[in-house]
Amino acid sequence: MSAVETKVKEAKPLLSKKDRALMVDPLSDNNPITIQVLGICSALAVTTQMKPTAVMAISVLAVLVFANLTVSLLRNAIPSRIRIIVQLTVISVLVILVDQILQAFVYDVSKQLSVFVGLIITNCIIMGRLEAFAMGNKPGPSVLDALGNAAGYGWIILAVAFARELFGSGKLFGFQVIPDVVYQMGYVNNGLMLIPAGALFVIAIIIWIQRSINQKFEEA
Amino acid sequence: MRSSNNYVLTFAVIMTLVAAVLLAGAATFLKPMQDANRKKEKQQNILTVVGKTGENDYKRFDELITSLVIDENGDVVEGIKAFDIDLAMDKRIKAKDAAHKLNYPLYVFEENGKKTYILQLAGVGLWGPIWGYVALDEDGKTIKEVVFDHKGETPGLGAEINTTAFESQFQNKRIFNENNEFVSVQVTKGAKPEGEMHKVDAISGGTITSNGVSNMLMEDIQFYLAYLNKSQS
Repeated sequence: MSAVETKVKEAKPLLSKKDRALMVDPLSDNNPITIQVLGICSALAVTTQMKPTAVMAISVLAVLVFANLTVSLLRNAIPSRIRIIVQLTVISVLVILVDQILQAFVYDVSKQLSVFVGLIITNCIIMGRLEAFAMGNKPGPSVLDALGNAAGYGWIILAVAFARELFGSGKLFGFQVIPDVVYQMGYVNNGLMLIPAGALFVIAIIIWIQRSINQKFEEA
Repeated sequence: MRSSNNYVLTFAVIMTLVAAVLLAGAATFLKPMQDANRKKEKQQNILTVVGKTGENDYKRFDELITSLVIDENGDVVEGIKAFDIDLAMDKRIKAKDAAHKLNYPLYVFEENGKKTYILQLAGVGLWGPIWGYVALDEDGKTIKEVVFDHKGETPGLGAEINTTAFESQFQNKRIFNENNEFVSVQVTKGAKPEGEMHKVDAISGGTITSNGVSNMLMEDIQFYLAYLNKSQS
């Protein structure tokens, strides 16, 4: 037992401080949605329910990780004159693959997400990370950067979807969580939460909370 | 070297080839599963209009539903499977080539000795194809239920045609007027008088999709009239 414990202590930390920052920064201090305000349109569109939102978050994660990895591996071969179109091609191929896989395995969700899967191509978070990070960094850190940013995007849209599905339909992942008794007492679902404007309010509240905790974003 | 035209061109060509091979491979490999999903969805749609909405009802599809193929004279065509008919494609060919013969799939559901006819519709909305199924009562004149769906109509506007709120308007509407003329059911704007039998409310902001639904109902139900007439006598 003790041998194992000492071994754990001696082991090098899994991620260096710099690598850790790559993963953790986008979760809060440098969040793609709440700080950089990227990828807002999909955050409005897909977040009425938890299930499609979770699929969207996973899809973006997969696309971003593989796109960052591919571009980083190719970064010394990509001619700079056509680098943007190369990045776009890599993203498009991955997005189409994701779309095909969704259609084969989770058909109902793919129907719900419909055009928004295709629109991952235009999600500025992905283009942004390729151009700003993967083009200039090794594959390892690029993958970490992708994981961090996709997680930063994912947890925000999941938080938004949580609030919208709970207050908009009284459900979570399609299961009713607000008991019928509450409805009989006169509670009604908030229709605002079902329309895109509801997402804006929720995102604004998240940004508000984030900025009250973390004062460094306050402008003088 | 890396900025020479030859290098750029070679890189672009190789990249395109790799992308093409990857996508073609994925499409071929996943097609059987996607087709199975589409078939299941179609079966569920057809069962929905006759109220069979259970999770596993589609597995009993062949027991519940008799599939027929009919031609413009209202005769049953043998040798073609109803599920193999791509109505949207056939109608596109027909638009270019008037000699092309259309066959329509017809699904018949029987319960307690009463038949329900399920007609298939295919039309165009604003951005792409729309389609649907209409369940007609045994008299062939009264709509029991409809379902619509679409490929990519605007969410919140045209896409509303597949909501229950829109679809349920069609229940008990009649496709023939008092003089026994075929009038279909029109999707129109504005208030409807009490007891309106041939019109339903259009979707605000979804005019073109609404018109698409109107046209689709008009064109496609008409095709079935010959068969329905015969089956009444």
